[in-house]
Amino acid sequence: MAGAQVHRVLVFGWGKALAVARRILLSENFVLYLSLVFFGGLYLFMPYIAGGRNLANISSNMWPLLALVLGQMFVLILGGIDLSQTSIMALTSVIGGMLMTTRLDPALFAKSPLWGLLLSADGSPLSGTVLAVPLGIAAMLLVGTSVGLVNGLAVARFRMPAFMVTLVSMMFFSGLAIYLTKSENIMYLPDGYTRIGSGGIGLVPWSFFVVLVLGITSHLVLKHTVLGRWFFAVGKSVRTAVVSGVPTERVIVIGYALSGFCAAVASILYSARLAGGRPTLGQNLLLDVIGAAVIGGISLFGGKGKVLWALFGVLFFVLLSNALSMLALPFYTEPVVKGSVILLAALLDVTRTRLLAREVIV
Amino acid sequence: MLENILQFDGISKSFFGVRALEDVSFSLPGSHLLGLIGENGAGKTTLMNILGGVLAPDSGRMRLRTADYAPRRPADATGAGIAFIHQEWNLFTNLSIADNLFINRFPRLGRSPFINRTVTRKQTAKLLESLNLTLSPETLVDRLTPGERQLVEIAKALSTGAEIIIFDEPTTSLTAAETQRLFDIIGGLREQGKSMIYISHNLGNVLELADDIVVLRDGRVVDTGPGRDFTIDRMISRMVGRAIDQIFPTRESRPSQEIVLEVKGLSQTGIVKDINLVLHKAEVLGLFGLMGSGRTELARMLFGLEPFERGEILANGVLCSRICAGDCIRRGMAFVTENRREEGLLMEATVVDNVGLAALPAFASTRFPRLLRHRQLSEAVTRIAESMRIKSGPVARTLAKNLSGGNQQKVVIGKWLMSRPAIFIMDEPTRGIDVGAKHEVYSIINDLAAQGAGILLISSELEELMGLCDRILVMSKGEITGGFNRAEFAQEPILHAAFKGHQRLSQNGRAGQR
Repeated sequence: MAGAQVHRVLVFGWGKALAVARRILLSENFVLYLSLVFFGGLYLFMPYIAGGRNLANISSNMWPLLALVLGQMFVLILGGIDLSQTSIMALTSVIGGMLMTTRLDPALFAKSPLWGLLLSADGSPLSGTVLAVPLGIAAMLLVGTSVGLVNGLAVARFRMPAFMVTLVSMMFFSGLAIYLTKSENIMYLPDGYTRIGSGGIGLVPWSFFVVLVLGITSHLVLKHTVLGRWFFAVGKSVRTAVVSGVPTERVIVIGYALSGFCAAVASILYSARLAGGRPTLGQNLLLDVIGAAVIGGISLFGGKGKVLWALFGVLFFVLLSNALSMLALPFYTEPVVKGSVILLAALLDVTRTRLLAREVIV
Repeated sequence: MLENILQFDGISKSFFGVRALEDVSFSLPGSHLLGLIGENGAGKTTLMNILGGVLAPDSGRMRLRTADYAPRRPADATGAGIAFIHQEWNLFTNLSIADNLFINRFPRLGRSPFINRTVTRKQTAKLLESLNLTLSPETLVDRLTPGERQLVEIAKALSTGAEIIIFDEPTTSLTAAETQRLFDIIGGLREQGKSMIYISHNLGNVLELADDIVVLRDGRVVDTGPGRDFTIDRMISRMVGRAIDQIFPTRESRPSQEIVLEVKGLSQTGIVKDINLVLHKAEVLGLFGLMGSGRTELARMLFGLEPFERGEILANGVLCSRICAGDCIRRGMAFVTENRREEGLLMEATVVDNVGLAALPAFASTRFPRLLRHRQLSEAVTRIAESMRIKSGPVARTLAKNLSGGNQQKVVIGKWLMSRPAIFIMDEPTRGIDVGAKHEVYSIINDLAAQGAGILLISSELEELMGLCDRILVMSKGEITGGFNRAEFAQEPILHAAFKGHQRLSQNGRAGQR
C-alpha cells in the first residue's frame, strides 16, 4: 500500500515537473531564463563574474553587437542573410575615421589613393571643425545604408541568392576598406567622438542609449507598421505576398538597407570605443552576429523574429563569450564551444517549433 | 462469390479524444474497384494512413487475403503489395522516369555499387509500354504533363508488384483526355486482376468507375453497395447527411449593364492572343478551357502578375498599364489563385495574419510611419471569419496549415472580402475541397454578385460554371473560341469550343503542360 502511494506521488511529481519544463522550454523568454541560470551557475564558481568591472564589460560588449543583430534580424525575417555587415563596419569605420581625424602620419598614409585629394597631414578638410563629428557620423550611416541598398537591389531586382550577393559584398567592401587606408588604422579621432565609446551617464554607457532607441524603433516597425507585417509575409511566402499586393521588391531592399544602417551604427559604437578607424573592424564578428540571432530564436528559414529575442540571444552569447575568456582556456577552445552552443540552439529551435505546432492542434 | 482480398474489420481511431474513425468495416473483393467517398474530414485519409502503415488503429483489424495484416511502417504496406497514388505527386522532377521507378532498388552491375543502366532502361521501357506510354525511360519527369506523371506513378506502383492500388484524387490536375486515358488504364488493371480503391470528390468519375461504393461520414461507414445502385444525389445526400435539393444555390440577382472590367486586344506571344472581354457589375462570367488553354495566364495578366505585349485593361473605366498586384488591389480587384498553398496563403501564419494581409494599408495611418490600427484590424478579421464560418481554433493562434482545404479556401476568399473589391477573379476556387465547402463557396459567389461585384470565374468543372454563371467564355490555345449566354448553356457546344484547334484528342496530352 505504502509503496503504491509513494509511487503515485513520484509519478505525479514527475508529471508536474515535465509540464513545468515544457512550459519553460516553450516560453518566449526561454533564452532569458537560460542566460540567468547560466550566469547563476557561473557565479557559484567564479563570484568575480558579477563584479562591477566585469558587468560593465559585459554591458559594453552587448550593445554594439545588439545593433548588428537587430539589422541582421530584418534580413533573416525576410528569409535572407547579410554576410556583408562586417565589411560595412570596416568600410564605414575607415570613412568616418578619415573625415574626423585631426592628424594623419604621411609616412603611413601617403600611399592611400585619397592622399592629396581628401587626406592630408591635418586629416580631411572637415577635421578640426565643429561639423567634423556630426558629418562624419552622418557619412558613416549614409555609406552603410547605401551598401545595404545595393545588396537589397541585387537580391530583389536581379533575384540573386542573398548568400552569394552578400558574400561578394563582404569581400569587395572589406577589400575596399583596406585599399583606402593601405591597411593602416586611423588614429587621433576627436574627443567628441571617442566619448561615445567611453562615456555615459553614471555606469550606463552611451552605447546603451543609442541601441535602446534603435531597438525600440525596430520593435515599433516590426510590430506596429504595415512595413513590419510585410517583412513577415515576405519571409513566409514571397509568392503569396506578391499576389496579396505586397511590394515585395521594395520591402526586401528596405530590409537590406536597414541591415546596412544598423551595421553602420555598430561601426560608430565600436570605432568610438577603439578610438580609431580600422579597416579590419568586425572581421571576426560574423559568427557572433548570426550565432546570437539563432540562439535568440530568429529563424534562418525566415518569417520569425522579435527584438526581445535578439536581445536575449545577444545576452546569452555575450555571457558565454565572457565566461570563456574569464576561464582563460586555450584560444582554440572558444570557437569550438561557441560553435557547439549555436548548433544546440538551432536544434532547440527546431524542437520548439515542432512542440509548438503540436500544442496548437490540441 | 468473389474472394475478398482486403477486409477492414471494426477499425477505430481517435486523435486527442476526437473520433476520426469509428467501427469502420468493409471489404474489397479481388479485381474490383471500390469508390471511397466522403467530405473532407470524414476519415478517408486517416483510414488510408492506417492501411498504409502510417498510423496504427486504436482497435479493429485488417485482413489481407486470409492473413491478418498489421503494418507498422509504410514499407510493410509496400511489401504486402499495396501501393498509393497520391494527389500530390511523389516523383523527383529532376530525375528521369527510369531513375524514379528504381530509386530505392536500382539493379547493380554484379555486386558492385554501380547501377546497371541497361537493365534499368529495359525494365522501365517494358513498364511504360504496358501503360501505352510512348516515352523514353531517360525523359526527365520535369518535362512530363500532369497526366503522364500520374501514369509514371502507376508504373512505379506496378513495378513494386502491387496487387492493391489506392488512387487519391488522381484526376485533379488532368485534362479531359488524360483523365479518359487514365480510366482506360484503370480498366486494364482491373482486367489484370488488380484491386483498387478510388478516392475522389469528383462523384461522376467515381460513379463511372466503381464496382462498389463506400460512403464515409464523420468517421463511420454510412452507406455501401454496388456502384450501379448509386446516383449522384444518393452519394451527396449520404455524404453530407442531408439532401441537397440542388448543388448550386439559386441566383436572385441579375447582372447590370455597367462595365467593371474591360479587356481589349490583350496579347502575349505564345500564351494568349487578342483577348477581348467585358465583365459587368453583378455578373458571374465563367471562363472555361482545358489546362494550358491560357485561362490561368490570362487571369494573372489581368492582375498584373504576368506581362503582356499588346492590349488594354480597363478596371472601373481606368486604364491599367504596367500594373502590379498592389495597383490592382487599390483599383478594387481581388484574385483567388488556383494554388492556395503556394500563392493564396501564408501556411505558417495565423488565420488573422492571412485574412488581414491584403488589406493592411487600409488599416493603417496614411502618412509615413503607417502605424497599424490593431483593434480595428482584428475586429474586421473576426467579423469576416465569423460571417464566412471559418472553422478553426482561436483565429489569432491557429496556423493556416492546420485548417482543412475548405476552410483554407474560405480564408483566402475572406482575405479579399476585407477590402470589398468590385472585381473578383477566381481561379478554380473549389479545387480539392469537399461538397459541403463547395456549396458554401458557391453561396459566397452568389452573395458577392448580389452585392454588385463582377466575378470572373475560372473552372475546369463545366457543370460548376453552368450552374453559377450568367455567361461563359471558352478559351482554347490562347484564344477565346466561344461565348455562351445562360440560355444557350449546353455541354456539347462548350466542349467543342474548348477543343477547337486540338485536331486529335489523343495528342492533346502536351496541351496540359505548364
